[in-house]
Amino acid sequence: MSDLALAEPSVSSRVERAWTVLGGVLDPEVPVVSVRDLGIVRDVIDGEGGEAGCTVVVTPTYSGCPATEVIAQSIVDALDAAGLGPTRVRMQRAPAWTSDWISAEGRRKLREYGIAPPGPADLSHGAPLRFVRGATLPALACPRCESTNTERLAAFGATACKALWRCRSCGEPFEHFKSI
Amino acid sequence: MTASITVARDPAVQYLLRIGDTCLVLSQRLGEWCGHAPMLEEDIALTNMALDLVGQARAVLTRAGQLEGECGGEPHDEDQLAFLRDERDFRNCTLAELPRGDFATTVVRNLAFAIFLRLLWARLTSSSDAELAAIAGKAVKEARYHQQHAADWAVRLGDGTAESTARMKAALDLLWPYTAELFEADAVDDAAAASGLGPRWADLRSEWRAEFAAVLGEAGLAEPADRAFRSTGKLGRHSEHLGFLLAEMQHLQRSFEGGVW
Repeated sequence: MSDLALAEPSVSSRVERAWTVLGGVLDPEVPVVSVRDLGIVRDVIDGEGGEAGCTVVVTPTYSGCPATEVIAQSIVDALDAAGLGPTRVRMQRAPAWTSDWISAEGRRKLREYGIAPPGPADLSHGAPLRFVRGATLPALACPRCESTNTERLAAFGATACKALWRCRSCGEPFEHFKSI
Repeated sequence: MTASITVARDPAVQYLLRIGDTCLVLSQRLGEWCGHAPMLEEDIALTNMALDLVGQARAVLTRAGQLEGECGGEPHDEDQLAFLRDERDFRNCTLAELPRGDFATTVVRNLAFAIFLRLLWARLTSSSDAELAAIAGKAVKEARYHQQHAADWAVRLGDGTAESTARMKAALDLLWPYTAELFEADAVDDAAAASGLGPRWADLRSEWRAEFAAVLGEAGLAEPADRAFRSTGKLGRHSEHLGFLLAEMQHLQRSFEGGVW
């Protein structure tokens, strides 16, 4: 009996293990950063409401992000495989996710993968806004050669979270994780 | 064919349907540009904006369907509301359902809606409905990005060549009369304002006009004269175009109930 009790990890260590496992669950569209790096995991709760297993609270990055459902399934699969299941994923919209929540580690991984990480998000999103000329966009360093002689080619990119840029120094196009 | 659902008449449900349906129908129109935009970057931009809008629509329609149950009616999910309602039960502004037209028409419409939705979402972040406030907290950021993009194009085309300027003027003349509907007040708006669910859309009018006019000024364009014409999509009385859009959008779910990929 006491052996069985010892074999059962304590709540805090189960939550810690879950966080460690989540550090290996990658974004399907940027498969170098984990859901932890992105800052979309808000909480991990063990035995919520008296139920066995873990509840992972996740915040979506964009309203229509098609990766949201894949990410939720990846989290369930990873925690179940680690013996921490049954796993439940709960979506929590507020407070809204911001790119400011991407960790320093996540930013480093993005840069190494060839994606310029986001700058500080502009929080004055309620303020009036007019035509913004290209010259007023903040300078962005090329993730390959670090030159800031870069230009934006398109405000939108291959996924909801990215824009397309080009480096005038090394001539390479690169993606930018949008600041939002 | 799968039968249509009956939607609750509760004013809070109607208020949410106006928002959700406007996002959904505009998203469907923007999605039509996939493979047809004037350049690849814009093809991607328009479909990215469509994706944001359909995500917003899903969240708001889900909440509307829950509210139907909470006010004593039959609850519905987002798919039932999107695919199993008749044209008369859609509550989007008529402006959203008009054919996509040329690229200038799409730019003018996107500008009108992005400004409007940004102002609306900003107000809804303090809605008495916690879920709607949470949806708005995310959506306001997306609308701001859409507004920036649409304003960029409005200036580029309005202050561009003789051809692009002429097309922008024609698009403004075509769409301007339909913008008035956005700000028509009625009992649904009054009920939302009284309960704290959201603002009267009429109260967004002066800010919307100021921001729209500022972009037009930068683009060398001017607002057309106001007219007495009022479209009535928010009341369920639509233009001849919505039925065709719904026929395409709803066809699979109507023919194969609950069909999934």
